[in-house]
Amino acid sequence: MSTVTSIRQPVADYLGALLADHAQLPTSPLARINSLRAEAVHRLDDLELPTVRDEAWRFTDISELTKQSFKPARSATSLEVDDVAHLYIEEARTRLVFVDGTYAPQLSSVETDSGLVASNLPTVFTTHAAAIDAHLGHLVTFRDEVFAALNTAFLSDAAVVVMPRNVALSAPVHLLFIATQTGVVTSPRCLVVAESGSLMTVVEDYVVLDQPGRQEGVYFTNAVTEIALEDNARINHIRIQQEGSQAFHIANCAVSLGRASNYQSVSVTLGARISRYNLEVAMAEGAECAADGLTLIATNQLADTHTCIDHVQPHGVSRQLHKCIVGGSAHAVFNGQIVVRQGAQRTDSVQSNRNLLLSGKAHIDTKPQLEIFADDVKCAHGATIGQLDDDEVFYLKSRGLSDSAARSLLTYAFGAEIIALIPVASLKRRLETNVLEQTGGQL
Amino acid sequence: MIYPDSNNILEVRGLRATVNGIEIIQGLDLTVKSGEVHAIMGPNGSGKSTFAKVLAGHTAYEVTGGSVLFEGNNLFELAPEERARAGIFLAFQYPIEIPGVANSQFLRLSYNTVQAQRGREELDPLEFDDHVRDKMKLLEMSPDFLDRSVNEGFSGGEKKRNEILQMALLEPRLAVLDETDSGLDIDALRVVSQGVNQLANQNSAMVLVTHYQRLLNYIVPDFVHVMEAGRIIKTGGKDLALELEARGYDWVSAEFQASQTHALQEQV
Repeated sequence: MSTVTSIRQPVADYLGALLADHAQLPTSPLARINSLRAEAVHRLDDLELPTVRDEAWRFTDISELTKQSFKPARSATSLEVDDVAHLYIEEARTRLVFVDGTYAPQLSSVETDSGLVASNLPTVFTTHAAAIDAHLGHLVTFRDEVFAALNTAFLSDAAVVVMPRNVALSAPVHLLFIATQTGVVTSPRCLVVAESGSLMTVVEDYVVLDQPGRQEGVYFTNAVTEIALEDNARINHIRIQQEGSQAFHIANCAVSLGRASNYQSVSVTLGARISRYNLEVAMAEGAECAADGLTLIATNQLADTHTCIDHVQPHGVSRQLHKCIVGGSAHAVFNGQIVVRQGAQRTDSVQSNRNLLLSGKAHIDTKPQLEIFADDVKCAHGATIGQLDDDEVFYLKSRGLSDSAARSLLTYAFGAEIIALIPVASLKRRLETNVLEQTGGQL
Repeated sequence: MIYPDSNNILEVRGLRATVNGIEIIQGLDLTVKSGEVHAIMGPNGSGKSTFAKVLAGHTAYEVTGGSVLFEGNNLFELAPEERARAGIFLAFQYPIEIPGVANSQFLRLSYNTVQAQRGREELDPLEFDDHVRDKMKLLEMSPDFLDRSVNEGFSGGEKKRNEILQMALLEPRLAVLDETDSGLDIDALRVVSQGVNQLANQNSAMVLVTHYQRLLNYIVPDFVHVMEAGRIIKTGGKDLALELEARGYDWVSAEFQASQTHALQEQV
């Protein structure tokens, strides 16, 4: 990498420093992984870290990230089930746990009765080569996206979930990524494939492990998730980002929807000092998608949600409700792109972004972006930014609630409308409690 | 019902109030005693709903003159939530929706807040569930309403039932029902009215703000007041409502104008 370093500018040097550890990565026994890595490293020669001068990063200043140096995480974990059981989702019968990016089989469990394949990449690569080869590294555009490329350069393991044809699994599959070390960068990776006619619920969950007496440290999670829905498949995808308060979290998720498939996603952003979530959904004929989200941040947090719903073929239906609740001097960004390609007639798309500012220093940038190249479509979008409605506050006060209790309840309710969309009861309760605590509400 | 020697619950004297600098209430007088049911009628824009909101303490309405005593105390010294805890209840013409909060949670929070302020026992979710289900029977409401978000997706009639359910839970001394009949079909009107009638008692009073006489077929008032231009210009018994239904408001207005002119001439 020495030649790369010499030609890079200071910011690019940073990328070079991150890649310096790449040489120490052991060669994978899997040829496909080695070739993906090599291609990613090659692409990184030409890619640069984004700055606020890049349109897609205009509102999101990540220069703080470049002031930090990170090492790869130590791979061994001494965590036992008792240490992390409180993070488990009780309904989940299949759980893949990664600690600081490394698969932790002793914390994981897999239920295989349904035919579900769920494991880490090296375990299933040979047995399910076709599904993995078809999608791994194909869905995410790592060739153009520097963080996805960086993740791919370090690709060695991944959570792999393959739902067989025409099987419906009601219990959620929990993909749990636990951060315990500071000063490290990890590259979590997920590949989820729903074969035709199958149905499943996947919870992708990023958390920091609270360690009493230890100050929350700086670390960097750089995640990539690829999700493929074959024809008539349905996935409920819940994504929770609850990283530590000093963490950096950047994630790229690419979803491919087959004919008449249905992708229902809810993304909840609560943690990290600076976070960015890129969601790209490409829809085939008659596919349906919901890409809902809640960002609830305060103090000096920055949370950026960039979504692109691409109606490639006709008769697609997309719905998006994204809400931000911003307190302190926090800064939320929502950029919602809807693309309707030329042939994608009869597309039906509704996007709504609603934002609540809780303090004078809180800041929101919202940018709906509709690009419609077909002429027979129904597309609606809207964005609102506001404070709480006086009539709503009055209604609650007229029922005896104090001013602060009324405001907290309405703030909670604003967020809870998104939480209510999550089809996993215990997770819903956990998040409701989180939101209630953050908004100072009581119920 | 009129009871001899009952206490004044509400005494309004020369009340004036503005919205956005426009005077809507222009010298309103009204006395409501314990046990009584009063109806306030009048054409659109006469100030009926504004009066209801002023009593509940909506901040968009500024009181510019006069006085209101609630059980002998100055109402204007109380914040809206203190009025609610002291026993004033406003059933809203347009109840707000709170997506994300279950009706049961909201009802219990409101109930317990008011109970605590009144020095009474709060109920845990299980106890409250029993309590609220009893009250819901009164309004022929399905228990499903407890699990749904507050007023979200409720029909007009369902929202009004939910308002009266809150009234049943909070046991106010003075209930002000703002156009509770509007948007109700005849069955819903009957159910809501029956509920209200069962809540009426000797220790509390009710003020019904309504545009139409039909509500008063079900909830029989002791007094009917006609409002115009922010004042009460005529007061009568329950028969006045029937007369208004048959003849409209113009004759009341004309009669009031004539009496004012007469009073002026007397003074001269």
